[in-house]
Amino acid sequence: MDLIIAIFTGTVIAATPLIFAALGELVVEKSGVLNLGIEGMMLMGAALAFWAVTAGYPMPVAILAGALAGAAASLLFGVLALTFLTNQYAAGLALAIFGSGVSAFLGRGFGSEPIEALRGINVPVLSDLPLIGPLLFRFDPMVYLALVMFAAISWFLYRTKAGLILRTIGESPQTSHAIGYPVIRIRYMAVLFGGAMAGLAGAYLSVAYTPLWVENMTAGKGWIALALVVFATWRPLRILLGAWLFGGMTILQLQGQALGLEVPSELLSALPYLATIIVLVLISRNRQMLALHFPASLAKPFRPAG
Amino acid sequence: MHPRLELRNICKRYPGVVANDDVSLSIQPGEIHAVLGENGAGKSTLMKIIYGAAQADSGEIFCDGNPIAAHNPATSRALGIEMVYQHFALFESVSVVENIALSASSAFDLPSLAAKIRELSLRYGMPIDPHRQVHDLSVGERQRVEIVRCLLQAPKLLILDEPTSVLTPQAVVKLFETLRQLAAEGCSIVYISHKLDEVQELCDTATVLRNGKVTGTARPKETTSLELARMMVGSKLPEMHVSPPTPSEKPVLEVNNLSVKARDHFGVDLKDVSFNVHGGEIVGLAGVSGNGQAELIALLSGERTHHNNDAIRICGTAAARLRADERRKLGLAFVPEERLGRGAVPSHTLWENAVLTAHRFGTVRNGLVDRRKASAFAAGIIDRFKVKANGPASTAQSLSGGNLQKFIVGREIALEPKLLLVSQPTWGVDVGASAFIRQTIVDLSRAGAAVLVVSEELDELFEICDRLLVICQGRVSPPLIRKTTDREEVGLLMTGRTMSTDQMAIGSGDVALQD
Repeated sequence: MDLIIAIFTGTVIAATPLIFAALGELVVEKSGVLNLGIEGMMLMGAALAFWAVTAGYPMPVAILAGALAGAAASLLFGVLALTFLTNQYAAGLALAIFGSGVSAFLGRGFGSEPIEALRGINVPVLSDLPLIGPLLFRFDPMVYLALVMFAAISWFLYRTKAGLILRTIGESPQTSHAIGYPVIRIRYMAVLFGGAMAGLAGAYLSVAYTPLWVENMTAGKGWIALALVVFATWRPLRILLGAWLFGGMTILQLQGQALGLEVPSELLSALPYLATIIVLVLISRNRQMLALHFPASLAKPFRPAG
Repeated sequence: MHPRLELRNICKRYPGVVANDDVSLSIQPGEIHAVLGENGAGKSTLMKIIYGAAQADSGEIFCDGNPIAAHNPATSRALGIEMVYQHFALFESVSVVENIALSASSAFDLPSLAAKIRELSLRYGMPIDPHRQVHDLSVGERQRVEIVRCLLQAPKLLILDEPTSVLTPQAVVKLFETLRQLAAEGCSIVYISHKLDEVQELCDTATVLRNGKVTGTARPKETTSLELARMMVGSKLPEMHVSPPTPSEKPVLEVNNLSVKARDHFGVDLKDVSFNVHGGEIVGLAGVSGNGQAELIALLSGERTHHNNDAIRICGTAAARLRADERRKLGLAFVPEERLGRGAVPSHTLWENAVLTAHRFGTVRNGLVDRRKASAFAAGIIDRFKVKANGPASTAQSLSGGNLQKFIVGREIALEPKLLLVSQPTWGVDVGASAFIRQTIVDLSRAGAAVLVVSEELDELFEICDRLLVICQGRVSPPLIRKTTDREEVGLLMTGRTMSTDQMAIGSGDVALQD
């Protein structure tokens, strides 16, 4: 029973940074912009949040600092890709490399001591319930925030006019511009939001998931988040499920290694990636649905005519 | 009283072209004002400037006597200026009601907006289901959405760009009633068209553009079409030469009892479609878009296949299971409705686009593209079909609609097909180029090729076709001989109504002999 609880809670926690980063990227891509720099923005967020904690700021301020760092990094991408219309692939890759370098530079003075991690919530009665308590009511606040963000983004994209505008800009910025919507400004806001979400994901890694600073501690999670958006065919619920699937496989392979399964550990480590790809490919076979959710202008630079 | 809209000395230059040169015009409240001109005459640019989607280099725009400063589409809409684009400004991935909500200034309340759309669209005789996704709509249905979208705003000035090309004659009458009613309510209408008879029937005044300049203003009801056409084209109009057909003995295309289920619930089922096309004749398929034309074209071109190989025979060979390239080997050539994306690759050069279908004509050797031959082939098409282009190395998307269409039609005709399948040959193409394209098609057929033309423009079909078929809700009518049928009969068949039985008895003499 304890093992099952451990696997479940481990899954949810491992999935949380992916949910933040992938949902943020979803909003960016729905506006027709491809920001490949999630890894760099996450590292910036991780570094700044970690620094804020060691400097004695309270936890919420530290996490906010992480989000701001991610947004600031994304602004760099925004200026390059939206104002100067550079190739979005190149600008995103540059941001990934830049973020990794700058965070490593900033982190030189951080030392290798762990900090006190973000604590789990403690709801009277609920958290003490047997089984239900540890399964649902003892996570740290960021886990719940991720779910709130999921609900909020789903609602925003599919139920609000602003979300509709964002999606249609992703389909055809020319038409949106012709109708009179400020394409570039909206895309900037989407990019900044995506950056803040990546920053949150990074902050979660450095102050909650593994509360210490290690260079390049994201270890490819930004790239996984990017892949999740594509494989989830640009739909929020599938991103959530995909993140959990990936988190679950990560925890399972760790447990498998701990149990000493006679499978090469490298193969086990590859399992989460493999499983995520297989499942998401299976569910995205409906071409028509895929075409319907794919932002048709993705990664195409837009210059308002006139 | 101030005019509703006044343009003073509008100039607009694009690199290499003067799109508008010192254009002035003025439109009174409640006036229906035609802007006439060929493609490239600067009509679209001028409309964009009125709507604020493009800025003039110089000149002034006044609305109700006030100059419009910081002009953009949003300020236009705030002033009550609405526009129905020729290339529809609709988002494919969202529903009709969502599309309309995007340009509505009202609160974001989809259910009540949907109810309004349904009500308004019925009132003006253009029913649309507000919850359908736009990518499932036909061209004609998309236009209805555009018009309804504008009407919802209760506009003061409505700009319509070639609005009737996808409507049945009966629907055109209906649209004109709507427009006259709108005008009577005080709404000014800018009506862009190349159809002189429509302009003469509907419009109070006309401004004629040629090469970006105003070549005249006229009261179309008091002016002959010849005078208007001369102002537009500036020279003698090309005349069509349609000699009597000499049909071949055996049909080139045979369609036998073709029935197909729609691919999704928005498509149309084809029901027991049978017809023949002989060499040396042009057969037209009339019908309002969205009645199964898309399905039929895809099946004939080979983009879709059919399990019953005998349902389609090309030159006597069962072909329904063949791929598009295999059918082309049998002598099929195909000009699709969409020029960009289906007829040509927009970002590729003309010679590259020529290779796409002409790869069996010496442009490819041993699997390698012979660039010189391909260039020469494309240059030949440009020369022979008078395509205005900067040589074979210019990209497809850099050409105007009419010129690209000339190139695509030319490319297919250069393949010397036994069977040419053409869909909407002159959609959005100006008068001069249209006449040229039609004449080219006629010449091809008189040289012995079988031609099937799918078009929503009855004028076009009546001008060039020898026999007419009408498609409605997936059924194809028996062939009618052009010389003995009329618009009314075809129009009725387009709406699914048949003539009363006694008329049918008389009319049966008009039905061409079945092969």
